[in-house]
Amino acid sequence: MASTIRVRAVAGSGTTEVQSLIQHPMDSGFVKDSKGQLIPAHHIEVVQFEHGGKTVFTALWGPAVSKDPYLKFSFKGGKKGDDLKVSWVDNKGASDSLMAKIQ
Amino acid sequence: MLRKALLAAALVAITAQPLLAAGDVNPQADFKAFRKYFTERFPKVPLKDFVNGPYSMDEGLRKQWKAIDAFPPYQFAIDKGKQLFANPFKNGKSFADCFPHKGVGIRQNYPYFDTKSGQVITLEVAVNQCLEANGEKPFDYSKDDMAAVTAYMAFTSRGKPFDIKIPNDPRALAAYKKGEEYFYSRRGQLNFSCASCHVQNPGNHIRTEVLAPALGITAALPIYRSAWGGMGTTTRRLRTCNSQVRGVPLPGGDEDYRDVEYFLSYMANGLPISGPGARP
Amino acid sequence: MTATPDAPDNARRMILKSAVAGGIAGLTLGAFPFPAFADADAKEWPADAFKQKTEADALKALYGKTAEASDKVGLDVPEIAENGAVVPVSVTSTLPGVTGIAILVLDNPNTLAAAYKIPQGTSAMVACRLKMAKTSKVVAVAESGGKLYSATREVKVTVGGCGG
Repeated sequence: MASTIRVRAVAGSGTTEVQSLIQHPMDSGFVKDSKGQLIPAHHIEVVQFEHGGKTVFTALWGPAVSKDPYLKFSFKGGKKGDDLKVSWVDNKGASDSLMAKIQ
Repeated sequence: MLRKALLAAALVAITAQPLLAAGDVNPQADFKAFRKYFTERFPKVPLKDFVNGPYSMDEGLRKQWKAIDAFPPYQFAIDKGKQLFANPFKNGKSFADCFPHKGVGIRQNYPYFDTKSGQVITLEVAVNQCLEANGEKPFDYSKDDMAAVTAYMAFTSRGKPFDIKIPNDPRALAAYKKGEEYFYSRRGQLNFSCASCHVQNPGNHIRTEVLAPALGITAALPIYRSAWGGMGTTTRRLRTCNSQVRGVPLPGGDEDYRDVEYFLSYMANGLPISGPGARP
Repeated sequence: MTATPDAPDNARRMILKSAVAGGIAGLTLGAFPFPAFADADAKEWPADAFKQKTEADALKALYGKTAEASDKVGLDVPEIAENGAVVPVSVTSTLPGVTGIAILVLDNPNTLAAAYKIPQGTSAMVACRLKMAKTSKVVAVAESGGKLYSATREVKVTVGGCGG
């Protein structure tokens, strides 16, 4: 089964720009289904990015982050071929992670 | 003698009835008029940009779309579609066996008129015909797997110009004509035709939405709509449009839907496939 | 939570919350009260901050302070959102040594939408997509030198992002 995480990490001029897209419903807990029942909150809580054994970015997300959430940030360092680890955990305890290569 | 003449006259009447004489339908003339209307109404919009729907009409929307399209939510549908395309059916064959060029880079040729069956074949209909021919269950026309497969196929044709053919066959001309009539006919409690919104009011608001121009309107399908929180096919969009004017949505594969897609795609000939698309 | 294997096609797994001392030593986080972990760990999540209904309460729960307006915090949002469910938001800052960025949507059911930890060496920049329930002020906050600085913009929302 494919990962829920897609990453585009590009190194250039001493910094690496990272974009990620994660497949996740990010249900806010405020929306009702067709039967009128509230769909319970189901959203990613923490996303972590690591490079060279160091955490380079951490996202703390609430239910107001959009479905199939996107993220862009950049950090100093990183070169083509390096590994970038992305991991997330949600409010139900589910998680996923991906080792991506910097382009 | 009279009987023979009457019979001959009756035959002529019967055969002429459902078929239009070539002189009645002139797709090339319609094409020119349709294109002229939109390019004159929106002289600042580059021709190829019409395929971007509301984004060709509104700068604020366009900026948000560019931000989202940088890493778009339909990416997952493309990936899933690619996987479905590669997975063999129970009989060992796969989608690649049903389509020319193994199904890659051909989306711009759909819909086409199938002279054998005498029907318009849209991409979605072709996908389901492929499944049925290989003993598989057809997809739901509106979402999920159908959206994923057509998203993947559209993606492999990104940028390729629409190349819709209307063969010199009275049945094809008739289907084109029916599609054109469907497009311009009013329906539903709100009594709108497709043209009411997409020819008379592109760029204007209907409630909170900015209306897309009819020129090139099928190029971006299937689409990921923020409003749906997911993907939808051409069928889904047509059904939603029908419901929105308080009309009756038709089932996927319905002749009217095939014909209107045929008409609209022919009108878009030369414009690039922009699908799969992201929309509000 | 165990460290995950490095295979690129990891399946999504159900992993129960449990403590892991991932421990990355040497990260300077300044006044930010959360410890660093090797993997995304749910214990980092500031549950209390995400429940707050006002900017002041959310920032107090998250950072223990309030923010002052500053033109050194850049906030790029649309004037009119095409759809409240997916509003692209981009925050940048020219302040020195930014250690955290938070984004609040004042008229959402809960004000805090997202918070980001910026370790040394990471740029003071983040772009994401948020849900907005209705027309509201959006506030971007940057933490620098132990103080909070903010920028505010109003975004008009016609189609609400919370299913309304």
